[in-house]
Amino acid sequence: MKITDRFSKGEFVVTAEVGPPKGFHVDELVSEAKEYLSDIAAVNVTDNQSSVMRLSSLGFCKALKDAGLNPIFQLTCRDRNRMALESDLLAAALFGIDNVLCLTGDHTKLGDHPGAKPVFDLDSVSLLHTVCELEKGRDLGGNELVGEPPVFAKGAVVSPCSDSVDAQLAKMERKIMAGAEFFQTQAVFDPERFISFMERAKQFNVPVQVGVIIPKNVGMVRYMSQNVAGIVVPDSVIDELKADKEKTKAGITGVEIAARIIRECRPYCQGVHIMALGWEAKVPEILKLAGI
Amino acid sequence: MLVTKLKDKDTVASLICGKAFIINCHGCKEVGFPERDAAEFQRELESDGKVSGILTMDYICNPENIALNLSLRKDEIDEADCVLVFSCGVGVQTVSSLLEDKRVYAACDTYAVPGGQGVTPLEFDCRQCGECYLNLTGGICPLTACSKGLVNGQCGGAKDGRCEVDPDMECGWERIQRRLAMVGRLDVLRSPVQIRNYDNEVNAAE
Repeated sequence: MKITDRFSKGEFVVTAEVGPPKGFHVDELVSEAKEYLSDIAAVNVTDNQSSVMRLSSLGFCKALKDAGLNPIFQLTCRDRNRMALESDLLAAALFGIDNVLCLTGDHTKLGDHPGAKPVFDLDSVSLLHTVCELEKGRDLGGNELVGEPPVFAKGAVVSPCSDSVDAQLAKMERKIMAGAEFFQTQAVFDPERFISFMERAKQFNVPVQVGVIIPKNVGMVRYMSQNVAGIVVPDSVIDELKADKEKTKAGITGVEIAARIIRECRPYCQGVHIMALGWEAKVPEILKLAGI
Repeated sequence: MLVTKLKDKDTVASLICGKAFIINCHGCKEVGFPERDAAEFQRELESDGKVSGILTMDYICNPENIALNLSLRKDEIDEADCVLVFSCGVGVQTVSSLLEDKRVYAACDTYAVPGGQGVTPLEFDCRQCGECYLNLTGGICPLTACSKGLVNGQCGGAKDGRCEVDPDMECGWERIQRRLAMVGRLDVLRSPVQIRNYDNEVNAAE
């Protein structure tokens, strides 16, 4: 089901994401996703996330689809040229996968194959444009597709807490011009920063899902704040995690923080995207605490 | 080695709002510069009253040399709303870096040709892509200033304005954004989607 249908109904749309394994045994991950993520609108499947080679996003999307979930096919431009991207999009259509999230992708140097060729033949903007071209029944080379063209809900990402917020907004606008119909954001730990970003982004009138990572412990959030682009963790969150080590160990504090971020951001956006990073089992509890 | 070819004349002429100060580089003319076509185009612009001055010299990629010459022609440059550079991408970027508050445009596309490599011991690099992007990016090359060579804007990988690949490198699109704001051309960020044509890049300068 196209996730855009949910936005048009005015729903507060909840999605989460799962990372495919480094291998092809997916039974456990699929049954976990079925157990904890069946009630939400859709589940993103990451595409060699952080440039670490894993089972393909498309393959795992198919496994989730077969299990009755609604996958969002994340597609990056790092590993494929325009022809490979187009043919994977057609394969997604074949499998009935109709949500696609278009990303540029991390550089190969950051991952576990640093010597690999970084492709970047297209980027997030031109990939969105490419999806639109396929929907019109032609490929990027201008050749006609055979039969009914595919239809996708086309998503993109934006980094609201980036220190380059002007450049991010300019890129967001460009993505919308190229066909983006909804946005998921980089993880937000500081609702105020997100809210002031949304003050500027709401002019575009395109649904935005606030990105939320469940903070597992102090070390994790410190690392992200220092090293991950677009992630800023306020000291108050770090202090909160420090304060109660026992609770933090069980993940309760992290769950409470995630739920609070959702509650505070909810009036300013159209949904939430939860990046559980292995803590998928905690998603239902977070949503309950957040009042969703 | 490289060859420069004139961009579409109408497109280039449309970049000039009032007058342009023109710079020609003949440093690599032994390799291939469209001297006659450029001169003819410049005469047309002059007869339309669109030229404040013309500077023709060798190796404008030598910063000291070009900086001196630019200072000698300051009045004509001030009179112009933009500087139009007929050179390879390195030359345009060198001029652009020296005239930060001025709109600096490329009048040529630069193509690679096989054989010896030109000597440009500089911080600027030209990929010789055959479809110069400098007019859309404030005179900063997105192919060489961005680790991913992105032509449609910044990725999400910049941290504190630094590139995710090399923290010693400032994010190229951060620089482009700042420069475009400085010269009042943020409108070009709303240009149509750019898609590279790799057919231009590989020995396509016949």
